[in-house]
Amino acid sequence: MAHIFPFSAIVGQDEMKLAILIAAVEPRIGGVLVFGDRGTGKSTAVRALAALLPPMKVVAACRYGCDPADKGSHCAECATLKAGGRPKTRLAPVPVVDLPLGATEDRVVGALDLERALTQGVKAFEPGLLARAHRGFLYIDEVNLLEDHLVDLLIDVAASGENVVEREGLSVRHPARFVLVGSGNPEEGELRPQLLDRFGLAVEVRTPMELAVRVEVVRRRDSFEREPEAFLERWSADDETIRRRIVGARKLLDSVVLGDAVLERAAQLCIGLGTDGLRGELTLMRAARALAALDGEDEVTASHLQRVARPSLRHRLRRDPLDDTDAGARVDRVLSEVFAA
Amino acid sequence: MSAGGAVDALDTLGPNHADPGTAWIDAAWAAALCAVDPQGLGGIVVRAAAGPVRDRWTRQMQALLAPGQPLRRMPARIADDRLLGGLDLTATLQLGRPVAQRGLLAETDGGFVLVPMAERLPAGTAARLAAVLDQREVGFERDGSSQRWPCSVAVIAFDEGGIDDAAVPASLADRLAFRVDLSALSLRDCGAAAAVADEIGAARVRLPAITLSAEFTQALCGIAMRLGVTSLRASVLALRAARTVAALAGHAEVQEDDALMAARLVLAPRATVLPESGEPAANDAPPPATPPADNGERGRDDNRDAQAQALEDRLVQATQASLPAGLLAALPGTERARAPGRVGALSASPRFGRPVGSRPGEPRGGARLDLIDTLRAAAPWQKLRRAAATHRHASIHVHADDLRVSRRQQRAGTATLFVIDASGSSALHRLAEAKGAVNLLLADCYVRRDQVAVIAFRGRGAEVLLPPTRSLVRARRSLAALPGGGGTPLAAGLEAAGRMAEQVRRSGASPVIVLLTDGRANIARDGEPGRARAEADALRAARQLRGQRLTVLLVDTSPQPAAAAQRLAREMDAMYRALPHAGAAELSAAVQALPRQAR
Repeated sequence: MAHIFPFSAIVGQDEMKLAILIAAVEPRIGGVLVFGDRGTGKSTAVRALAALLPPMKVVAACRYGCDPADKGSHCAECATLKAGGRPKTRLAPVPVVDLPLGATEDRVVGALDLERALTQGVKAFEPGLLARAHRGFLYIDEVNLLEDHLVDLLIDVAASGENVVEREGLSVRHPARFVLVGSGNPEEGELRPQLLDRFGLAVEVRTPMELAVRVEVVRRRDSFEREPEAFLERWSADDETIRRRIVGARKLLDSVVLGDAVLERAAQLCIGLGTDGLRGELTLMRAARALAALDGEDEVTASHLQRVARPSLRHRLRRDPLDDTDAGARVDRVLSEVFAA
Repeated sequence: MSAGGAVDALDTLGPNHADPGTAWIDAAWAAALCAVDPQGLGGIVVRAAAGPVRDRWTRQMQALLAPGQPLRRMPARIADDRLLGGLDLTATLQLGRPVAQRGLLAETDGGFVLVPMAERLPAGTAARLAAVLDQREVGFERDGSSQRWPCSVAVIAFDEGGIDDAAVPASLADRLAFRVDLSALSLRDCGAAAAVADEIGAARVRLPAITLSAEFTQALCGIAMRLGVTSLRASVLALRAARTVAALAGHAEVQEDDALMAARLVLAPRATVLPESGEPAANDAPPPATPPADNGERGRDDNRDAQAQALEDRLVQATQASLPAGLLAALPGTERARAPGRVGALSASPRFGRPVGSRPGEPRGGARLDLIDTLRAAAPWQKLRRAAATHRHASIHVHADDLRVSRRQQRAGTATLFVIDASGSSALHRLAEAKGAVNLLLADCYVRRDQVAVIAFRGRGAEVLLPPTRSLVRARRSLAALPGGGGTPLAAGLEAAGRMAEQVRRSGASPVIVLLTDGRANIARDGEPGRARAEADALRAARQLRGQRLTVLLVDTSPQPAAAAQRLAREMDAMYRALPHAGAAELSAAVQALPRQAR
């Protein structure tokens, strides 16, 4: 477990990698859902991301790891700390927190600190996984097997960016803004529509069927397992390049221009697909902007829009049960109509 | 038999996979290889009912383990706190602070987990096992504490697959290298182990140094594709298995025999298509792999490529002997599409659902301790108890009658069973409607917790087209090619529905039957034609359904409301709706309007 397979060494699966990078640049995208075949490196990619992200600045004494620059935070701890002047800051790794199946509600939202309650009789709050994931990523493998009451809870917190705990005589609220990353296999069951909607991007991964690609996947996996240090060494430069790309894109993001022409195309696309609500357009634009920033460009072009259309919209189509066409293909169809005009 | 001896024995194997001797040799090898590299190979799916053959195989496996290497049985219905770990109640209360307790997986670190009745493993448990196999550590976030422990285990999943539709959950099976079948063996067929413990130990030492040439990587990936084994994990496992075979055989480098053995044991049992043999594949083989910049292997010449191809062909030929029996008969590309084991839960589990307060009781049988309420119950007595206590150092005095467990409430799910009359001329039309309705129901968030199943009857009997599922993907696939036409074996259809309803009940959900028919039976229960007997049989089956006290909706699909259908509805106490031109949307609305059963 000491070694994590490097992100840059993942063969193919470009859409998945792109979606993850976009989420790393623009956390407001609202999460990434990776659905698809077994053994395609879904969780490998997410875990690799953790090793890739540059560290972030946090308020040193805040146990939720708040951003020192964040003015509008609901964090009670920061409020106290900031009242006494500028709080100390430190660098911390971006959290990528696993939400394992079988987790109980009290550990997810946080609960009464048992140890202190038992030994000292003190009523104290012990933060849960949501607090730990603040400003980072919350990863749920086999997300479609997650128990319903946990899903309800996640939907609520992911929407509000705040975790409100009212239990066991505790009344606590703390900020919990995280990028939700889910992966799963559609064979195991469908995802609740409300949860599906919380994911900004949805990608489908398929097992590659070209022999050359397959051999390469197997070979890299094999050499990673045999000589992990050497393997990591070999890919460290490539990982570093991606890391720099993320850092650069984050700086560039706010200055990326989104022209009216592109906006109109985005609207046409959503109308053409009949997506519900405005979230589709919003995601489309945020993703296109993040992609432009990743490419080091300061204006969103039609090609950026085209590249993010599938992951941004495929899970927002109104379901037509009699239409068996793959959702991605439907997006493509409308894409070609809109851009042919 | 020594390791080398078994490799030699391969040459003499016949092409018949059902040959019990071969099956035993495969099983013995799988056991030996897993003993050498349990973590790398993940484990074995053993298809065998409980019995002397399985016991014998298990004993041989046990004999191969290193001293102190654990082998633990895991019940399929294990609770999370025992599987992953949880709060140690006794220690927590004694010491007055939370003490974590390792679960079965952490306790088995370095060894083997034995899962009997793995085909009944709930999907959630399989996913937890899969996560542990991937990450080689086990962690829990439960009961107010969180812990991680290293955990490298291999899983031996006994698939006792009877007649009911269940298979080892694919998420788990995909991560286990071997699949062996002992179901057709008798004790007489059981041979010796493939290796002795000393050889295993020696192989374990050799394993890290075994090299594997690029041709074999290429060839094993190639075979996997030609056998229609899509999961890349299978190829990775085949590579590891090839190394392990080499280690056991005493080779320093993987040789052809080793690769062959790996292909036979790992890839062949997963095959979904019959490989085309030999020559044509050589021509339409994809262009040679462009070697990536990092491995420094550029410019492979044609000659070498042809050699690799020849090697692959030889391996394919050799694996042909151990392709799953019945592959020829099976439709191309169909894997065992079975529902993950859900059967067996006798009651709605108290472990899940929303907590709705607590009640006095002991945290057993999945009920979870409500610690806070327990402490609340104990609090008023502390002063008295402290005075009376024998060991005064305990900070909290909790007695058994203070214990509170949380009460949980779970909405029981509903399973809607569509029973479709697929006979006669209008069958195709009706089927399309039913398909649409199934899809609508699945897609609808209102029925999120509901499952859907489809039974069709036509010709001489009834067929389960879709076992209860929530997956739209599976539903679409199973319904895509639905045949129609032939006679109307109504009785068989009703009986199949009754059986499935019973199964659904056992899994804790409430069944609702939606029957689409015109009620005109013309095939009797035994498959013989004849309207009079067929109708009598159908009415008898209908009365049986009534005895099961099921919610049934009969949708009359005949052009005019038919007396036969109405009578049938009366007999089984069903709701009746005449929908001669029922569209998918109307049908779905009718199902949703059904009163939910009192639970």
